[in-house]
Order: sequence, then structure tokens, then C-alpha cells
Amino acid sequence: MFSIEKISGVVHTWLASHLPARIALLSEFVIVGILMISLFAFLGLVLVFMERKVSAYMQIRLGPNRVGPKGIFQTLADTLKLILKEGLRPTGADKFLFNLAPYIVMMVAMLLMAPIPFARNVQIWDVNIGVLYISAISSISVIGILMAGWSSNNKYSLLGAMRSGAQIVSYELSAGLAILSIVILTGSLRVSDIVASQATGWWIFKGHIPALISFVIFIIAVTAETNRAPFDLAEAESELTAGFHTEYSGMQFALFFLAEYVNIFIVTAIGATLFLGGWMPFHIGGWEAFNHIMDFIPSSIWFFGKTFFLIFIIMWFRWTFPRLRIDQLLNLEWRYLLPIGLFNLLLMTVIGILGWHF
Amino acid sequence: MGFLGEYIRTVYKSVASLLKGMKMTGYYFTHHKEIITQEYPDNRDTLILPERFRGEVVMPHTESNEHRCTGCTACELACPNGTIKIITKFEVSPEGKKKKAIDTFIYHLELCTMCNLCIVACPTDAIKMAQSFEHSVYKRADLTKVLNKPGSKLMEGVE
Amino acid sequence: MLEEIGTTEQGDLIINVGPQHPATHGVLHLVITLNGETIKKVDPHLGYIHRSIEKMCESLTYRQFIYVTSRMDYLSSHINNHGCALVVEKGVQIEVPARAQVIRVLMDELTRVASHLLWWGAMAMDVGAITPFFHAFREREMINDIMEETCGARLTMNYMVPGGVMADIHPDFQRKVKEFVTEFKSKIDEYDELVTGNIIFQSRMKGVGFISKEDAISYGCSGPVARASGVSCDIRKWYPYDCYSQLKFEEVIRTEGDSYARYLVRMEEMRQSLNIIDQLIDAIPEGEFQAKTKAVLKLPKGEFYTMVETARGEFGVYVVSEGGTTPYRIKFRSPGFSNLSALDHMSVGGKIGDLVATMGTLDLVIPDIDR
Repeated sequence: MFSIEKISGVVHTWLASHLPARIALLSEFVIVGILMISLFAFLGLVLVFMERKVSAYMQIRLGPNRVGPKGIFQTLADTLKLILKEGLRPTGADKFLFNLAPYIVMMVAMLLMAPIPFARNVQIWDVNIGVLYISAISSISVIGILMAGWSSNNKYSLLGAMRSGAQIVSYELSAGLAILSIVILTGSLRVSDIVASQATGWWIFKGHIPALISFVIFIIAVTAETNRAPFDLAEAESELTAGFHTEYSGMQFALFFLAEYVNIFIVTAIGATLFLGGWMPFHIGGWEAFNHIMDFIPSSIWFFGKTFFLIFIIMWFRWTFPRLRIDQLLNLEWRYLLPIGLFNLLLMTVIGILGWHF
Repeated sequence: MGFLGEYIRTVYKSVASLLKGMKMTGYYFTHHKEIITQEYPDNRDTLILPERFRGEVVMPHTESNEHRCTGCTACELACPNGTIKIITKFEVSPEGKKKKAIDTFIYHLELCTMCNLCIVACPTDAIKMAQSFEHSVYKRADLTKVLNKPGSKLMEGVE
Repeated sequence: MLEEIGTTEQGDLIINVGPQHPATHGVLHLVITLNGETIKKVDPHLGYIHRSIEKMCESLTYRQFIYVTSRMDYLSSHINNHGCALVVEKGVQIEVPARAQVIRVLMDELTRVASHLLWWGAMAMDVGAITPFFHAFREREMINDIMEETCGARLTMNYMVPGGVMADIHPDFQRKVKEFVTEFKSKIDEYDELVTGNIIFQSRMKGVGFISKEDAISYGCSGPVARASGVSCDIRKWYPYDCYSQLKFEEVIRTEGDSYARYLVRMEEMRQSLNIIDQLIDAIPEGEFQAKTKAVLKLPKGEFYTMVETARGEFGVYVVSEGGTTPYRIKFRSPGFSNLSALDHMSVGGKIGDLVATMGTLDLVIPDIDR
């Protein structure tokens, strides 16, 4: 059956048999890099289109419907427009940092792609500290945002960047604790181990209520970490016009925009991997025929299906809720999510030690 | 213990209120028949505007190129913006009687606010409001219109 | 260097909110002084959309000047026109037929509901929820259709003339209004589910933008803003015009004085407006829709003042006449101007988010403020 694993295997053997080992490895690097960049662009297009359609249906509208059938080429047309637009830089802006910021934000998103298992045995880098790597790298993006806000020489941007800094730094704690609770159950930081441990059932089902609580906390925390509504204070439209990227235009703006959506994809992919079994199909114990049908669905579809489901939930949040105020945002983290998360971690540890999980 | 109970109750209430809102948007997400937007330029043929809709001032002409305007300038006086300018002339009837008639009825669409005061003021119902609303043109001068058609005459019996 | 960064000598940040800013709903310019996120001073700068409507009215006749007032508070243009028609009727002493009075009040209340609906959507957008805006427009569209059918326009109706209304109601009017009322009664509960009960919304609104009863009076606040602080100031109750004196409705008063109270007052006012429409829609008396008036109206020498309750508060028209066909001097008392003056008092000490939320509940219409 068709699978990414087999195709990559075929490509690898062909390259290894026709080229010297080093050049084969190098060309594999190039192929993977190109694939990643095209996945990036594709995800950006798809997610922006999805967001516009989801918002339209929730707002009893039709959404984009002019470019292509059902408007599916709308985002492509938007991208073309953004590429053709002039990139403006305000006088008094720090030229070097201003131009660097979007690339840093983008680079963080790219680096985070590495340890994500897209399908069975398809992973760019199965590092043994995968989960730690994810938490470490994702905190770099705040530097890009602060850089953009400060270098724009605009007070709105600066306020947006400061808000974003406070927000990301505090919500990382909760996201980290939620991830940690799964690490406790699995006993490994390696992402492939975590997925393999869910072969008999996803952690959200196996880990009782504490797993469910940490899943909810994780979703809330990553929504805040990616600056999505109701936590979009960094770009709070009605307060700070566009927050940290107010002064960006053209392709530089598009990079921020793209990074935002790719970041959503990455965090939900991590959520799906940790809590919903990654590429593992859905099994119900004892129902052999049902399980067999589930196995027949390719693992990459399982992975993307779960991820897009989580993305939909995050979009659902955005189009329903009002925005929080900055002090309420921090209150929510320090007064509710963090204590609950810590207590939950304790419960999880007890469950892990006593082996109460399935 | 009271504090903890209060804490848990707050969390429960907040989550419940949030889920209520999500249920609402979720309902609209899944029920596409509730969509109210129309695809405007495509539905031009089926678009029906109420007969009272005020789009622009027009002067109806009969098939024999006759209108009902006597050139009394009541509409010009009623207009708050100076939208209407009537130039009159004297027509000599076959009997040799001199009679006042309109030469040109100038209507500045760019100044008009569609307040309907001219229509109300007209004693002979010579002008009325049309339902057209797509007024965009490339030149501003195109908005200045002459409402009486060339060679048109006053209808018989209208004083 | 200080001027360049835009800070005060104490090191506070000065930010220009507007004239082009998503939160100001128009071309309002607020110069705010910030200490971190906390607001120290709000200084509204006006005049960006000043069209000297008062001066323009001096060259227009008493029939003509009514349409200009639609362009002030464009969301309650009908009620503005009503106030102007009333002042002419007072001066010329025209008796308005009963049918015209009822039609006027019905239209006023529909306009009030439409205005509050737009406020509801825009205010929800100010606090970050975008979906309610579209849901509010769905119902507002029904009112606009009714207006379009009877008055001939959707926003600047110019339906009021001295002595009555310009045309009789459309034959479908009563049926459509009834349809709207039944539809809207279920939808307003939906609004409560989507926004009012939401914990995030409540925490954004409660205790924000407080103004006490005494301050509301001394700032000259009117309408829902004053009524949320416990000031009884509904013109419809205190100085009833047309057929308001015969109607049963409640003046909505709350005493909290914060943004949430202003929100609840407006939500309840929508229900009260529906109540008024319910009372009148089946009881439109037969008769003339317009009193017989002279072609040229002349107000006697003297001063005339009338006031009406718009969706934003007390709208007053003050006319000085020299006995001619045009007013000698005209002055409009617009509710938005006085309400805006209290913004500084309300928002000092809050965060930027609070300023936006407070501004949302003030329901500012900038052309009304600048005129």
C-alpha cells in the first residue's frame, strides 16, 4: 500500500546505489529541506483558507468564493498580492533587527518541525530529548516578536511585543507541565517512544481524568502561546491596531502571518502526538473487525486528521470568545492553570508510580 | 474548604459559560441554511428593490416622447442642495400663444442626497425616484444628467 | 529626544489613538497618556468630521433642514428627524394626526432597536469577539428592509416632515414588523448566550469605566450611560412627545454605573422597545398620515426648544427664529458629545483594554459629536 515510509525507502536505496554515500546524504538533506519548505507554504495556504471558511460559517457568511471553485485559490491570490507589494520600513526603525525579526519567527517554526512524526516511521530527526527540544525551541519565538515590536519604532508595536513577552513566558509553564504529565506516564522524552507507548490506546483515554485535564490545559496554553484569540493581546486589533507587526508590509508581513499558522499546526501536532496517539489509529479493545478497518487507514491521514481537528477547536475558540485583558490573562495562568496543572502533575505521578493507567 | 469549593465552582461556571457560547457558534457552523449573505453581482436578476426605494431622480417619458414637467421650478426651490437646475424657454404654439416650457432639466446626481423633497414638491408628478443604485462612473461629469429627452414635449392637458 | 519618543517629563508614554484606529468607530482622536498599560489621561480631540451642520441649517428652510440631521447621528437618524419635526410643529402650531404620531413612534422604536443592535455588535468587536457583529447585522437587516419598504431608504430615511410623515406605511409594514418582533425575541436570548453570559465578557465589563450618579449628572450624560448610573432621564417618560404618554413601558435604570450596567441597560431597552412596538402595531388608528400645512412654513419670532430620546440619549433642537422662512440660529444638543466628555473620568486608572471596552459601551457616533 502507498505510504510515505515506502516512498522514502525507495528514494533512499536508489540514491545510495547510484551516488557516493556523502553526496547521497547531502541530496537527501536537500530533498527533505525542499519538502519541508513546500509543506510550510502549503500549510499556510490551507490553514488560512480553513480559518476564513470556518469563521465565515460561524458568522453566517459564505466566505471566500470568487477565486477558483468555492474560492479555494483565494489564499494563493492573496499570497501573490503580498509578494508583489512593497515592503515598507518606517524611518527611525532599526533596519537590521526590523528585517531579521520575521526570519527568526519563521526559523523557530521550521526548527520545531524536526521531531514531529508525520506518519509511521516518518520523522526528520528522532532526537532522544524530543519533548525538551520542542519546549526549548518554542520559547525562542518570543525573541522574534520582541525584536519586531522594539525595532519598529512604533508605540503600538512595542506595547504588543511587551504583552506578548509576558504572555508567552507565563504560558510556557503550563504547556510544559501538561507535556510533562505525559512524559511521566511514558518514561521517555523521545517522541517516537511516546507514540509507540500509545499503541494500546491514546493517553487521553488511558490516563483517566488527569490526562484529560492536562489536555485541556495544554490546548489553552498553546492557544495563548501562539497568540491566538481569546489570547491575541499581542496583536489585539481593536486596541493596538495590529500589535507587533503593525509596521510590517508585503512579504515580511506574510512571513509573520505564515509563521502564526505554521505555529498553530506545530503545537496542535504536538498535542495530537502526546495526547491523541500521533499517527496511531483509533482502536477499541476487543473489536477486532473494527480495529482492522482502522488499521487500513494510512497513518499519515490519522496524524493530519487529529491535528486538523485540534486546529478546528482552536479556530472555534477564536470565533466565539472575546479577548481577555492583560491582567486577566496573567491571572488565568497564575491563579488557575498553574495550580491546577501542578496538582494534576502530582496526581499523574501517583498514577504513574502505582501503575493505575491502562 | 469553603475557599476550595468557591474556587471549583468558579472554574465550573466559567467553563460552562464558555461552552454555551461554543455551542452557539458550533450550531451555525453546522447549519449552512442559516447563511444570510447573498452573492451580489450574481443575483442582479433576482434582486427586487421596494418600489419606494430612492435611487435617483428620473423623469418618465411616454412613448410619444412626452413628459409632464411644466417648468414651474417647485422642485428646484424645494431641493436643499441645489441638485436641480431648470432652464426654461418660451414655446410658441401654432395659435401664436407664448407658453413657458422646459429647455433643459439638469440634475446633479453627485449632489443629490435622495431626500425625496423634490418629488413631494412637484405639482404634476413629472419626476419620480428610480430604483437604480449602481451609480459609479469613471468621470465626475457623467453624474450631471439632463433628464428631459431631446425633442420631448409637455404632455397635453398638464398645466 | 523626548519629543521623538513621545513621552512626558515623568516618563509616561503618549499614544495617539486615532483618528484612524479600529476602536474609535470613526475619526475620533484620543491622545492618551500611559504609564505602562495603565491609563493616566485621555484627551479627546474633535473636529475631524465637522461639517458645520448648524451653520448649514441657517440657509435651509424649515422643511429642508430636517434631512441634514440624519447625517449627524446616522444610527438614529429617524429620531433626530423626529426632534426637528417637533420643533417646527411647535413653532407653527401644527396638530399632528393620531395615525402619524403612532407611525412616528413605531419607527422611532425600530430605529432604536437597530441602533442598539449595531452597538451590540460593534461593542463585542471592541472586546475582541467578531462573530456577534454578524449576528447583530442579521436582525438589523430585517429592520433595514422594513425601513426601505416604507421610507424608501435604509439609513438616512428623511421620513419625517412637519405635520406627520412623508408617506403612508407600506401595506406589508404591520406583517413584517410582527415577523421581526417574534424572530427577534428568540434571537435576543441567543445574544445572551453568546455574549452576556460569557465569563470573559463579564470580567472585561464588570467594574470597568465606573461613573457615579453625581458625576454622570455633572458631566451632562444622558441616555443609557446616565441610566446605568441611576439617573432617571428618559425624555420619553419625563417630557413625553407624540403618543409616548399613552404607552406602558419601563424606564430601565441600573445603579452599578460600570460598563456591564450600561450593557445591560441597552439590552433591556431593546426588550422595552419591542414591548412598545407590540402595543402599537395592531393599534395604528385610521386617518391622515400628514396634517395639512402651508407650502411655506414660517416660525414666529422667538426661541423654540424640543428634545427627544435618541438611542444615545437626549437630543435637543434649539431654534431662534426672526420670523423668516429659515432659522436665524440653530443649535443641536447631541448626546454623544456630553457622553464622550466623561470618557476621561471613566477610564483613568484602567488598562488600554478597559478604555476600548468603555468606549464601546458609550456607543459613540462621531458625526453626532462633531456635527
